[in-house]
Amino acid sequence: MGSSGIRDQVAIIGMGCTRFGELWDKGVDDLLTDAATEAAASAGMSIHDIDAFWLGTMTSGVCGVTLSRPLKLDYKPVTRVENYCATGSEAFRNACYAVASGAYDIAMAIGVEKLKDTGYSGLTGIRAVGDGTDPGLSSPAAFSFLAPSYAHKYGVDRDQLKEVMGRIAYKNHQNGARNPRAQYQKEVSMETIAKAPLVAGDLGVFDCSGVSDGSAAAVICRAEDAAKYCANPLYVKALSFVAGPAAGPIDPEYDYTTFEEVVRSAEDAYAQAGVTEPRTQLAMAEVHDCFTPTELVLMEDLGFAERGTAWKEVLEGTFDRDGDLPVNPDGGLKSFGHPIGASGLRMLFECWLQLRGEAPPERQINTVGPGRTLGLTHNLGGAPGEGVSFVGIVGTERG
Amino acid sequence: MTAGITAWGSYLPYWRLQRSAIGAVLGSGGGRGTRAVASYDEDTTTLGAEAGRRALAVGPGAGAVQDLFLSTPDPGYLDKTSATTVHAALGLGRGCGAYDFAGSSRSAVATLLQAFVGAAGGRTTMAVVSDLRTGLAGSAEERDSGDGAAAFVCAADGAVAELIGRGAASDEFLDRWRVPGETDSHIWEERFGEELYVPLAREAFAAALKDAGLAEGDIDHAVVTGLHARATKAAANGLGVRDGVLAPDLLGSVGNLGAAHAAVALCDVLERAEAGQVVVVLSLADGADAFVLRTTPALVDAQRARAEAGVPSVAEQVAAGRDDLSYASFLTWRAQLHREPPRRPDPERPGAPAVHRSEEWKYAFAASRCTACGFRHMPPTRACLNCHAIDQMQPERLADTPGTVATFTIDHLAFSLSPPVIGVIIDFDGGGRFRCELTDARPDELSIGDRVSMTFRRVWTAQGVHNYFWKARPLAGAVGAGGDGDAGSAERGE
Repeated sequence: MGSSGIRDQVAIIGMGCTRFGELWDKGVDDLLTDAATEAAASAGMSIHDIDAFWLGTMTSGVCGVTLSRPLKLDYKPVTRVENYCATGSEAFRNACYAVASGAYDIAMAIGVEKLKDTGYSGLTGIRAVGDGTDPGLSSPAAFSFLAPSYAHKYGVDRDQLKEVMGRIAYKNHQNGARNPRAQYQKEVSMETIAKAPLVAGDLGVFDCSGVSDGSAAAVICRAEDAAKYCANPLYVKALSFVAGPAAGPIDPEYDYTTFEEVVRSAEDAYAQAGVTEPRTQLAMAEVHDCFTPTELVLMEDLGFAERGTAWKEVLEGTFDRDGDLPVNPDGGLKSFGHPIGASGLRMLFECWLQLRGEAPPERQINTVGPGRTLGLTHNLGGAPGEGVSFVGIVGTERG
Repeated sequence: MTAGITAWGSYLPYWRLQRSAIGAVLGSGGGRGTRAVASYDEDTTTLGAEAGRRALAVGPGAGAVQDLFLSTPDPGYLDKTSATTVHAALGLGRGCGAYDFAGSSRSAVATLLQAFVGAAGGRTTMAVVSDLRTGLAGSAEERDSGDGAAAFVCAADGAVAELIGRGAASDEFLDRWRVPGETDSHIWEERFGEELYVPLAREAFAAALKDAGLAEGDIDHAVVTGLHARATKAAANGLGVRDGVLAPDLLGSVGNLGAAHAAVALCDVLERAEAGQVVVVLSLADGADAFVLRTTPALVDAQRARAEAGVPSVAEQVAAGRDDLSYASFLTWRAQLHREPPRRPDPERPGAPAVHRSEEWKYAFAASRCTACGFRHMPPTRACLNCHAIDQMQPERLADTPGTVATFTIDHLAFSLSPPVIGVIIDFDGGGRFRCELTDARPDELSIGDRVSMTFRRVWTAQGVHNYFWKARPLAGAVGAGGDGDAGSAERGE
């Protein structure tokens, strides 16, 4: 793959993130205004100092005017992007390329989603006029195929796997409980998680990420200009994005225990960033825990655990906030919530806080230090076997 | 050259409602035995398509049929033809006609007659009759009727049964009626109809025997059907045929299948009859119609071929019915009970152009197989997943190919008239994977490795448009029998 990346050419100099949740008192315009102004202020500038914008949203608006109207931008380029649940990361990736190309000096990537106004449970998606042959399974159902397949392949008892899934939800709630911006700021006991009503397959309510409203934004510039705006910027080390051929639902070889799209984008991102031992070189990871078995499988696809062993590592606490490799220290999609277009940027926001030592003390991770300055964000869109995957790596040191 | 019926098939839905379940809920009514119940995703069109598939399972096949006639008193649409849906689901040729005989129960007789007439004139015809009967909660209609369909292929040669006589008698009177739009029939006082029907039946029967040049004593099998139960019973008892000639009425197990009953009962007779026997079908509906058929030596060959192909007989379907359907489910499926919908958006109606573009897939269930590497794609695609060849595909109908459950899930969130939805990943025999809904099963009974076959269903109706497509259903006796994870696991190659 002729993918060489833009390592260390672009830096994040400011970020903003709204609270995520059922924000009945905030509309899309409010969310965008809050995140954009916070991010700009964080970079020590006004939104009118920004040269170009990339707006990510799946269902909360179309075209750049979705952003330029509420912010009253003065005739600036705004590109609206969509890539399912990886939309936020996609906005960021494209903004980075624009800056790296030299086309713009300062760009903003901003993601937003307003999901709670529909009145429906779960995601409702966007559909073209169809022929009526799509089976119409819900997202939890599509991801629930992972659990029995993983259990079967690696000889894990299904009750044991249910405990593993519960442990992931437990961990992410523990982290979210220490995050004032999270949708769910409450710890939940293993017993409560286990007893929750089923949504699809073995997935209970607590195995599913929060449906929420929210927005997050990043301001970026060329790496060599970063010091003008920010004393401790984050440098972009890798950006990888792949769309698979949607082989899973039609290929008898696919076994629902991996996301090939993730494996490919992780390989590419590690090559761009020069990472060879992700588990020890990364200080943290924010991964797409849309459902608990997703996080389990991602630990293997991202190379954090050997195949067939992630379930043990989860139970041993490897990915806890104080574990070997903290995963989703902000609570993840599970507890922070998942406003589609904002999630990828929300993940970066946690890297922004943690790697720069600005996270609240009650959830500051202790893995960051000399020789360990990288954070990974992973964003997934679609369903097992038919989706898109983004892997990004940022770090505090310019190589 | 013997013109007449060359193939037949019947379809009785999987579910049975115990009549006692009605009484248990309503406090009165009910009774003994069961009635056949079409699932929430079935209608007269899908019942007919399933019967048609079975009629085409052996014999010359779909390509031979030149005219298709579909009859039902409960059509899926007015103005729009439902026979074209059955035509598409069966994969019949573009040059094959497709016509509805919709409205009264007696249309079913005309459909059979038209099939015979066409065959005698040299055309290969197919008659499909289908009925789905509901009635108001607590009514005799609800209790005593049932749902089912049957299909016959008729041709100029190779008949298993030829028409050797017929008789009819007509009269204008009000016994049972329904204004378009109503779901339940109105019935005049029972004794009035009985008094009119019995002589009409006798006249039609006598005329048919005379036409065939036979006497009552020559008859080996007699089928007497009608929605007027008392009149039908009285007519049957008054035929003057030998003991044991009257065919089982199926009323206790599946109920009165209305317009489809005579056809289903005739299938049952054809599955038990011997060569050279005389079969009479007498149908009471706004008059009476009688057909006299004589079976041929080809019947025995057809019976053997059907058994080898595993085509289920009426008797097997009667025995295989599942009788633990709750009355609440029955009422829900028939829209007699207004239930809280899921907090999910209603499905969108499918777009007519999109549906038409995918006709071969949506209706005929034709996958595409790459001619360069052999990989099967469902849904069909132009680009091959395996070898990346473009436009090297050939369509391949998989409606009759069984498969194995690679994995499955129970979806409590997805829209369904009968939640939860069972989602399955199926690996088809001979290659190809497809993800779809599984029907005719309960969620807790399914295992990886279970064997399934495809069935044509009405997935849902949105904004007045019926969305027909295929679902998987357990192969007879296969539910929960998989168990052996290795045999059906997702790692299984081809």
